[in-house]
Amino acid sequence: MVRKVVRGFYAVAYAVKLCKPAVICAYPITPQTEIVENLAAMYANGELGNCRYITAESEFGAASILVGASATGARTFTATCSQGLILMSEVLWNAAGMRLPIVMVIANRALSAPLSIWNDHQDSMAMRDAGVIQVYVENNQEAHDMIPQAYKIAENRSVMLPFMVCMDGYKLTHAYEPVDLLEQETVDNFLPPYDPPIKLTTKDPLTFGCYAPPHCYMEFRVVMQRAMMRAKKVMEDVFKEWAELTGRNWGGLIATDYMDDAEIAVVAMGSVVGLIREVVEEMRKEGKKVGLVKIRSFRPFPTEDLRKVMKDVEKIVVFERAVSFGHEGPVAIDLKSALFGHCNAKVYSFAVGLGGRDIPKDLIRRCINNVIEGKVDEGFHFEGVKEFEEVII
Amino acid sequence: MGILIEVRFHGRGGQGVVTAADILAVAGFKEGYWTLSFPMFGAEKRGTPVVSYLRLSDKPIVERDEIYNPNYVVVLDPTVIGPVKVEAGIKENGMIIANYPKSADELRKEHFSNLNSSIKVLTINATKMAMDILGRPITNTAMVGAFAGATKLIKLSTLKETVFEWFEKKGEELANKNVELVEKAYKEMEGKV
Repeated sequence: MVRKVVRGFYAVAYAVKLCKPAVICAYPITPQTEIVENLAAMYANGELGNCRYITAESEFGAASILVGASATGARTFTATCSQGLILMSEVLWNAAGMRLPIVMVIANRALSAPLSIWNDHQDSMAMRDAGVIQVYVENNQEAHDMIPQAYKIAENRSVMLPFMVCMDGYKLTHAYEPVDLLEQETVDNFLPPYDPPIKLTTKDPLTFGCYAPPHCYMEFRVVMQRAMMRAKKVMEDVFKEWAELTGRNWGGLIATDYMDDAEIAVVAMGSVVGLIREVVEEMRKEGKKVGLVKIRSFRPFPTEDLRKVMKDVEKIVVFERAVSFGHEGPVAIDLKSALFGHCNAKVYSFAVGLGGRDIPKDLIRRCINNVIEGKVDEGFHFEGVKEFEEVII
Repeated sequence: MGILIEVRFHGRGGQGVVTAADILAVAGFKEGYWTLSFPMFGAEKRGTPVVSYLRLSDKPIVERDEIYNPNYVVVLDPTVIGPVKVEAGIKENGMIIANYPKSADELRKEHFSNLNSSIKVLTINATKMAMDILGRPITNTAMVGAFAGATKLIKLSTLKETVFEWFEKKGEELANKNVELVEKAYKEMEGKV
């Protein structure tokens, strides 16, 4: 193992290389581009073995090429975000329906309009229902570690679904920080070659994603849902195996701190979790019974784990990085649905840092303290917003 | 309580503001610190004001928010002082290390007259140095050297090694010139502290 200061892009690209993908196909979009640029450089230097690196004319094309490649039994990789991801969306629903375990990194970025190249989670949230596994990572080490695990989970025969590793654009992708880089041998021992039971070949022609009239469509949806639910156990097992193999335990579908006797739970996903953990630790020292719940897997949703840890909690603070317009933040929506009938905690959710607005420590502290002190109503709020007057013409 | 050193870099697009923080993240790690550097991304055009950040700590760094109260401010371009409030939020006993063609006293008088007297201001003519050695007004390596010379947080030998490795892929000549620039700036700043 080598500990090196590397940029987030490289941490991801290097892990992808170790997983020996057979086809990489991508279209550039900020802040993802350098991930695939690193891979393109590795490819040009002959470091990717027999991998084919294909440049596409758009994200739609890139995803389509990978659907074809994955159907032939190739291990595939792409990375995208924002407008690129939603341009891919039609294809990704197909990839999930065809049960193709494409692994992709989403360098989370806001959606237009207005145009924003900066970070929030609105892009991956827009893909919430597609049947694609979504895991959010906290730092570049977790992003690096998640790549081999993503392949192992996605390619498990009881799962066979696409997998999104969601990492915050800029905050992680552009950050230089120390990362323990994996050895080829470690990944080889952990991740078997991809060998799907059914492949597209010229010798034995098959149809993927074919026409399903009403008499059989529904059953495909049933098995997709079952695969997602089965993925929970597969993920737990793979995460555990990873912790034993590397000594780095990132937790299960969720990871918790100070939840044993917590009266107030703080819920978040992604790169802001580290700072929130620090605030929670400081509040513990002040005698406040606060705990942290980091949601790692957003799809499948960790319903059972959340019911367990939230059982005796009185108030829940959720930091949201996206909005379901006309309702509220997507994490709180799912959290409340999971806890309904199992927990009476009041839920306070705060949309923060949309379109890359900074999330300073003081803001986190203020939101939690306001909830503790009863200064804020239950429900959905925007925090860190400037005072402004909306003009309705 | 561990240590956490926070540095904010100001300059303009094209001067290597982001690279300055990144080089110091690599060099700082070699010195035994946990490090984190990241840019504040703007409209990525040459000439527009750019900000980047560096944190050094004795434990893994979880703070990924922007730096509001830096211990150190490094200014790569004299013309951002004024249009950008580079001194904003700087901590007591902090330090501003600026590429500026005049003396520290003159800079303080012209731009930082209200600055807390515990904050040290240091200047170096990095643009001239970069022009003399590189033939281009790219001031990041000079200011990286100036930062290390002023703060002594990173040894000159470590920094020279890091800078060489950083530029090596662009050619040995360029790498050596940048190492020369780092050393010159380090030593000049060392003499001013």
